[in-house]
Amino acid sequence: MKKVINRTSVVISVLLAMIIVGCSPNSGSNGALSSSVAERVYVAPGEQDEYYAFLSGGYSGNLTVYGLPSGRMFKEIPVFSQFPTSGYGYSEETKPMFETSHGFVPWDDAHHPDISQTNGELDGRWIFINGNNTPRIARISLSTFETEEIIEVPNSAGNHSSSFVTENTEYVVAGTRFSVPVPQRDMPIDEYKGNFKGALSFISVDPEHGHMDIKFQIIMPGFNYDLSHPGRGKSHGWMFFSTYNTEEANSLQEVNSSQNDKDFIAAINWKVIEEYVNNGGGTKMPAEYAHNVYDESTHMATSTMKKEVLTVNPIDIPGAIYFLPTPKSPHGCDVDPSGEYIIGSGKLSADLTVHSFDKMIAAIEAEKFDGDAYGIPILNYEDVLAGTVRSGGLGPLHTEFDGKGNAYTTFFISSEVVKWELGTWEVLDRQPTYYSVGHLMIPGGNSRKPFGKYVVAMNKITKDRYLPVGPEMEHSAQIYDISGDKMELLYDFPTHGEPHYAAGIPAELLAPKAKKFYKLEDNKHPYAVTTPNEVTIERKGNEVHISMATIRSHFTPDNIEGIKVGDKVYFHITNQEQDFDVPHGFAMIGQNSSELLIMPGQTKSSVWEPKKVGVWPFYCTDFCSALHQEMQGYIRVSPRNSSIALKWSLDGDELN
Amino acid sequence: MKKSKLLMMFGALLLLPLFVLPLWNITLEAPQYPESIGMDIYINRFEGAAPNDIKNINIMNHYVGMKDIPETIPEFEYFPMIIAGMAVLGVVVGLIGRKKLYLAWFILMTTLGTLGMYDFYQWEYEYGHNLKQNAAIKFTTPDGEPMSYQPPLIGAKMILNFKAISMPRAGAYLMFLGMGLTVLAFYQAKKEEGYEEGLDTA
Repeated sequence: MKKVINRTSVVISVLLAMIIVGCSPNSGSNGALSSSVAERVYVAPGEQDEYYAFLSGGYSGNLTVYGLPSGRMFKEIPVFSQFPTSGYGYSEETKPMFETSHGFVPWDDAHHPDISQTNGELDGRWIFINGNNTPRIARISLSTFETEEIIEVPNSAGNHSSSFVTENTEYVVAGTRFSVPVPQRDMPIDEYKGNFKGALSFISVDPEHGHMDIKFQIIMPGFNYDLSHPGRGKSHGWMFFSTYNTEEANSLQEVNSSQNDKDFIAAINWKVIEEYVNNGGGTKMPAEYAHNVYDESTHMATSTMKKEVLTVNPIDIPGAIYFLPTPKSPHGCDVDPSGEYIIGSGKLSADLTVHSFDKMIAAIEAEKFDGDAYGIPILNYEDVLAGTVRSGGLGPLHTEFDGKGNAYTTFFISSEVVKWELGTWEVLDRQPTYYSVGHLMIPGGNSRKPFGKYVVAMNKITKDRYLPVGPEMEHSAQIYDISGDKMELLYDFPTHGEPHYAAGIPAELLAPKAKKFYKLEDNKHPYAVTTPNEVTIERKGNEVHISMATIRSHFTPDNIEGIKVGDKVYFHITNQEQDFDVPHGFAMIGQNSSELLIMPGQTKSSVWEPKKVGVWPFYCTDFCSALHQEMQGYIRVSPRNSSIALKWSLDGDELN
Repeated sequence: MKKSKLLMMFGALLLLPLFVLPLWNITLEAPQYPESIGMDIYINRFEGAAPNDIKNINIMNHYVGMKDIPETIPEFEYFPMIIAGMAVLGVVVGLIGRKKLYLAWFILMTTLGTLGMYDFYQWEYEYGHNLKQNAAIKFTTPDGEPMSYQPPLIGAKMILNFKAISMPRAGAYLMFLGMGLTVLAFYQAKKEEGYEEGLDTA
């Protein structure tokens, strides 16, 4: 009987405990919530994500491709940095991509990816990204997901208010963050004020091939041009740039550039300037900048040095440029989907300043100016102000839109994303980020048609979010569900390099047209072999060109003799496969370069300068098949003065 | 014209789509080929289900010593002639309009078809059994015999990691339909004769 009572009391107390635990608001809601949250980011094995997200790599120089909502990384696209994984920037074909007026620059700081648009909506043809350090703009194909073009931007430095596209991708815009002497010259640094200039470049994009060309540069006063965004809808034809350092300080900018209560957003009517230059306006200025184009059919890049750029002086084109006073060194300069609101994020303040496009036009028409800066009219702050968002946060940086009348702004200092309503300027919600968020991204959030389901916050500080890996670690991003009234934090994921901006697009706009492999019959590389029967070796003095074929699982040829110390040997390797995802790699012992990773139908080349006599192996670096380990070959290297003739073979069959 | 004659001629003419539609198809499914690879067999050529499928089948099969799928085979010379000949013959038979000839045409066509299938089986056997001696991968059956890689004549079969599926295609189905119509023509002709006899007796 006692036992029974004991048992009963145990059962009752367990039940009570369960009820109490069940009733406690914390554990109850968390348990249910966390399981449903997990489902919302879970993409089951074999399933695919809903969105592509392209995150800039910052100082990695590259662009990474992620899936949303899973946060899985699919690819790192090499853009401004050498990439030994594929041989990008090491192969003979891609070395020209890094040519600049300063010579070979194999690295840059990649900041703001932006997807091409048609009628203000994402069209998924190309994605552009800026190199901040040695000013460059790159164009990446969204069918091959490879960098196809890089153009250097002269007269610019700290290419930061870039690479944003206009509503029909008429232009990709690149603005200078550091003003410099234009043209460059030897002069005292402390004579900056009034002498340094800020170039804003409008780079035209050929609608068919995407080829870029600098149409004109506006030589602006020597401020720092920080970020920009295009007008859209009714404000199409305008581009807005935030500025700071209107003080024109040249030293200790952290203090000296932060003295003016207000800096400017520069509103630029590029259509007026376009018409001006089309009618012969502007001045051709000698310049030097590289234009590097990769051709998908030859699988080769060529670099051309350009010698001239068309510049325009703002005072020569009245009616094209105005300054909108904006408080506290504005950083982000974002335009809402309707094109009416221009949001300036005064990064040293708590509040956001929202300008009205309609009010700006009215003030311009009424000629209500508050003086000028270097001849550029300044509008009255009150005349253009649509509203102020009293955010309650600190350090606003960037704003994106959900297409449902809401805006989302990141706050670096208070480490949060704040949701607020356009028009009422009322704060609706706020969520912490981990930690110190920089940019944020809603797919299509910089277009007329955002896809307002998720926002990704890209943070500058990681600290304890993941298992510790020593002092240096990846940055961290957070994904929030924004489909409801309140934002919900779903997931953390590490990101590569330092993502600044990102661009997202629904998967169905890109996935169906992603290329699977290159057609051999379209390969126009001068050393391509389209069947293994065409392989050949050609000697021109001490230069030897080996045209080699790879197919599962051998090289043709795989025995080569007659190479000598002091030769310069070019391997030109064509992957004969014609199937999805069958790359072959190539690596040569002692080669002072990276491997090559060659996609089906593609040709890549690398140089080897043998220094030692012997028989040296090469092999395939990609586990291509069950007999991948057998995919290797030998090259006999004879002394410099040897008379051994060139000879190449496969399986004992001499092929020459 | 009598219904039976029309049926006979139309049935015979249903051989002609074989000149544009595939007769047979062999498809290979494996986990690493989520979209599968395959080959359509026409009366005059092999064709990849996707542009590079034959090349990719050859690459895969070379590991176990299978020979490449040939560019052409002698059958591709005379198959079209036989098909065209039988179609013409069928129309002639229809014009003549004798029901026994309808049946004779059907039997001849069935015989030729059976021979064709036998020929196809022979080719498959050869393709799956006659392996290169220096093959990189040599599998044996549980009783120690060298493994063969012959695809099924019709239906599906597992060959190592691949599921090989061999099935008729549109051209063959139309041919079967046509052959069926010629049998129907025979019975129709019988019925018509019965009707005519009835008229005669009446």
